[in-house]
Amino acid sequence: MGRIIELRNVSAYYKIGRDLYVRAVDGVSFSVEEGEILGIAGESGCGKTTLIKVCTASINPPLTMAGGNVFYCVEGKRIDLLALSEEEVRRLRWEFFTLVPQAAMNSLNPVKKIGAIFSETLRACTKSTNKGRIKEIVHEVLDSLGLPSEVLGMYPCQLSGGMKQRIVVALATVTTPKVIFCDEPTTGLDLVTQKGILQFLQEKARATNSTLILVSHDIGIQAQVTDILAIAYAGKIVEIGPTEEIFAKPLHPYTIKLISSLPVIGDRSSKAGLAGTPPSLVRPPQGCRFHPRCVLAEDICEREEPPLIEVRSNHYVACFKSGEVER
Amino acid sequence: MIGLRKEKTLLDLRGVTRVFRTGLYLGAAFRAVDDVSFCVREKTCEIIAGESGSGKSTLAKMVLGILKPSAGEVLYKGRNIFRLRGGERKEFKREVQPVFQDPFETFNPFRKVTDYLEATALNFGMAKSRREAIRLIDDRLQRIGMDPHDVHGKFPHEFSGGQLQRLSIARALMANPRLLVADEPVSMVDASVRVDILALFVELMVGSNMSVIYITHDLSTAYYLGVQTNAEIIIMYRGECVEKGSVEEVLINPLHPYSEMLLDALPEPNPQRKWTSRARLPSLTLKEFRKNGCKFAERCQRAAQICFEKRPPLSYVDNRAVRCWVVEEKVLKEGHHEA
Repeated sequence: MGRIIELRNVSAYYKIGRDLYVRAVDGVSFSVEEGEILGIAGESGCGKTTLIKVCTASINPPLTMAGGNVFYCVEGKRIDLLALSEEEVRRLRWEFFTLVPQAAMNSLNPVKKIGAIFSETLRACTKSTNKGRIKEIVHEVLDSLGLPSEVLGMYPCQLSGGMKQRIVVALATVTTPKVIFCDEPTTGLDLVTQKGILQFLQEKARATNSTLILVSHDIGIQAQVTDILAIAYAGKIVEIGPTEEIFAKPLHPYTIKLISSLPVIGDRSSKAGLAGTPPSLVRPPQGCRFHPRCVLAEDICEREEPPLIEVRSNHYVACFKSGEVER
Repeated sequence: MIGLRKEKTLLDLRGVTRVFRTGLYLGAAFRAVDDVSFCVREKTCEIIAGESGSGKSTLAKMVLGILKPSAGEVLYKGRNIFRLRGGERKEFKREVQPVFQDPFETFNPFRKVTDYLEATALNFGMAKSRREAIRLIDDRLQRIGMDPHDVHGKFPHEFSGGQLQRLSIARALMANPRLLVADEPVSMVDASVRVDILALFVELMVGSNMSVIYITHDLSTAYYLGVQTNAEIIIMYRGECVEKGSVEEVLINPLHPYSEMLLDALPEPNPQRKWTSRARLPSLTLKEFRKNGCKFAERCQRAAQICFEKRPPLSYVDNRAVRCWVVEEKVLKEGHHEA
């Protein structure tokens, strides 16, 4: 065990005009332990995907880093990811970390057969060049994802969306990386396929002591899969802690609303949604970014930005009023 | 008695089937919707749930009169909607209004939202002048819980997804509809405002004398809307209705193995109640649509020989219809006991 990723005060903005920025990620700090499954939840436009872009060093204009560091712990050494050259990042990719991007099913090369994609990926990073062993690894992964080995001879267009998605997930795990980033890995898929993919990722992470970072807006998925859950709102992490605790005793008013507004089968009570709209990230509100929608907001919330404080062991929240919530 | 009931029926689907062909010449045909029947009465809610490829959107298109069924008929107020002409057709088009999944696509990004609402009012003959149209718009905006002052003069990008979805409901309301056909209306909306949009449907049903067909892949929102409206739910699989009954019964105590599997795979937002079973990943292709027997047979753990050979009939258990041989045989057996 030990820290494998650490974000320190990371800010990443999209430049949309002269001196005009979308502050998609703004002063985010957290760390992830080796072997942990971390979930990042939040609604559309809260900066989840941008956070993953920063963590995987894929920062391309108009996205620019506005400050902060991302540290990886590679074989006991602390590496400043964003200071690395492109070549050095390329070496880390696949071997140290992999990414299942959003709408991943469209990320497969359409003119290559699935088998060729696999062997290319594996050749690029495995130490062993033993063809038999590589074949074995690929078949193992395909098998545990319920894919027949015939898919290796097929082109991506011959497969359904769910199958393509499974191929991408297989590719991301076949090199046994230390960290797997997944950005909405199952959005748009059938329930059963979703469950299968998530269970596979979970088991794979446990078996190889890999760290899994799962970005998903679906709170149900987060509850089922993650150990630690971070709640993002308007470019900030507003709460982070053990998943069970976040559900049992959420502290941030946003988290509370997010969880309590979810319809659940068997629960006949009527629920109320969150009033108001998410703030503009170009000119975010002063103070706490949630205050215009918060029922507990007071003067201080409008003036000052609440820091992310450890309220319970390993459970952090950025809210001046969380003490009241707890009572 | 029968006459009275007939009056109350708004929409009646009878054995509706739609066949699509793939390939260029003599391509294989598959049934996107296969022999689906249900009826929607006044002020009721019908929920159609199914996953991608279940035919639910094809079904919606046929209800809206955009797509012609290959077999069966769609009756609106007792008349086949594909035989309506002139004024009657216009009336049908006005009274049955769609609400689509993506509110960002409903609105033209270069046009003010109210301009679009106004055009809708004028097109359907709901208003004779601009002034009248604006009065109507303000009324509809209030009905969806938005302040007209916050809407006038604004473009679609100035609203959040949830607000835009409300506005697209307001657009439908401009026509004074009797039936809303909402195809995944909350799937693009943030989770924290979904319940509010669903509550709006409930309000409109009661306050504006409307019926709603809610089409979704999300069983939890289906349940939420369903229990508040006493709705009937249809679970679709590969174009067929596999189970039909009251929301409370079907979603709490499913009878069809497919409904059961779906509910089992649902990620419940409660870490105390995690998945207990492993998912059986499907490797299905188009061929499932063309199966002779039960289309679910290959994924079904309870499948018997007959399931692969013969299509199961719809069996009726209490107030429920289930298309499954296992259930059918149970019904037959129990029927014999009684006899």
